[in-house]
Amino acid sequence: MQILKSVVGRKVFMAITGQCMVLFAVVHMLGNSSIFIGPDGINAYAKHLHDLGPLVWIFRAGLFAFVAIHIFYGIQLTLENSAANPTVYAVKKQIKATFASTSMIWTGLLIALFVTFHILHFTARVTPGIVKGVDALGRYDVFTMVVSAFKNGGIAFIYVAAMCALFFHLSHGIQSFFQTMGWNTDRTQCTISTIGKAVAFILLAGYAVIPLSILASALIK
Amino acid sequence: MSEHNANTMNLKLHVWRQKGPDAPGKLETYDAKHVSPDMSFLEMLDEVNETLIKTGIDPIAFDHDCREGICGMCSQVVNGVAHGGQERTTVCQLHMRSFQDGDSIFIEPWRARAFPIVKDLVVDRSALDTIIQSGGYTSCHTGGIADGNAILIPKPDADYAMDAAECIGCGACVAGCPNGSAMLFTSAKVAQLAALPQGKAEAAVRVHAMTEALQGCGFGNCSNHYECQAACPKGINVKFIAKLNREYLKAALN
Ligand code: HEM
Ligand code: FES
Repeated sequence: MQILKSVVGRKVFMAITGQCMVLFAVVHMLGNSSIFIGPDGINAYAKHLHDLGPLVWIFRAGLFAFVAIHIFYGIQLTLENSAANPTVYAVKKQIKATFASTSMIWTGLLIALFVTFHILHFTARVTPGIVKGVDALGRYDVFTMVVSAFKNGGIAFIYVAAMCALFFHLSHGIQSFFQTMGWNTDRTQCTISTIGKAVAFILLAGYAVIPLSILASALIK
Repeated sequence: MSEHNANTMNLKLHVWRQKGPDAPGKLETYDAKHVSPDMSFLEMLDEVNETLIKTGIDPIAFDHDCREGICGMCSQVVNGVAHGGQERTTVCQLHMRSFQDGDSIFIEPWRARAFPIVKDLVVDRSALDTIIQSGGYTSCHTGGIADGNAILIPKPDADYAMDAAECIGCGACVAGCPNGSAMLFTSAKVAQLAALPQGKAEAAVRVHAMTEALQGCGFGNCSNHYECQAACPKGINVKFIAKLNREYLKAALN
């Protein structure tokens, strides 16, 4: 198919898969914040999700396919781009490009590493030291698992660092999505770019506050 | 000349020298003495070349033609910016008054896989012609002289097309792009023609043909860094890249 080889077509696949992951990331962050309600909040939320049964697996398969497409084209386009620009300038000034825009492949790969760890950690629960148990109502005790994990400074650091990588990835990625889809003009560029960075920051803050507040309260005690 | 003018400056040039396409190149350092602030950048190089010729050194080869910012031949990356970084200015229109006595100036050719170096600062930009040949035209029958108002074009559309048509095909967008992509160049032509009734008829074929030619010439893909717009001496806006993407999706989904 021509669209799968095209300079624009492949970017559109990256953009759509990326933006769907952003939507997932927003919903996931909102779900996670139920931890601030306490064990009853997040344990009940987790149970509701798992009670969806096969739907959970359909959703996971879809998300996995999106991640795979995004990573595949991300690596392919990056390799093509560096091959198209093989010689470096002795002096080169960047005027509009940013740290975020030029490190997409690295922030992306860091996120991929993190997602792998995160799934082994809180989904498969196979990492050493993970606390598995049930609460008084017989529900899986997500609250205790998460709280005890983040009392470990190293684990909290991994999560916060990964969210910083996500912040940089999305501070370029979200506005880039609109440009790639052609939903941008010079009038909207500035606003779209600001909103993209704001969403990226909200995700960073919303996710990082969980490990940081747990670690801080553990340190204070 | 103005040799005794108190305003003249002495500069140190670091210039990319390369004998031929496959020869290894390197930066050579030359002194540019008694440079008048009124000279253009290319006039300064002319003077340096005079001195080089007198001392038996091969003069620095560089491309130029109109020297008034309209032909797009001059192609030099000056201090890390295509055309030297003065807004909306080609390097032939850059003047020495924007430098100061004692400055070091780095001068390099456009660098991209699709622009092989011919010699020193001269690169082969014919890949841009290949892109235009693939679809950057309309194949209408010209016939006799058309009535001026036979095809009505709203003023905003005409202005939009004119803004895109300002591209002089110098290749600064490629030189500035971290991906060596000619997306801004390609999009300017796609957008210009797609905005006009004469161009709309072939818009779908054109956007496919031109993006495929871009790829075939060895240019990279666009990552929306927008370095191209910053480098463009004619201020071509990246909104035209969004327009190209729109045209592509419209063509692909139909
Ligand atoms: C999992 C590993 C990931 C890798 C290796 C990766 C890699 C990349 C690369 C290289 C680009 C730039 C492509 C280009 O402009 O040529 C990109 C764009 C993007 N990424 Fe990722 N990414 C990853 C994860 C994510 C995640 C988790 C999200 C969202 C939560 C995301 C959202 C985006 C968006 C919205 C774009 C912009 C698409 C466009 O340019 O239009 N990515 N990614
Ligand atoms: S020489 Fe013609 S644009 Fe510079």
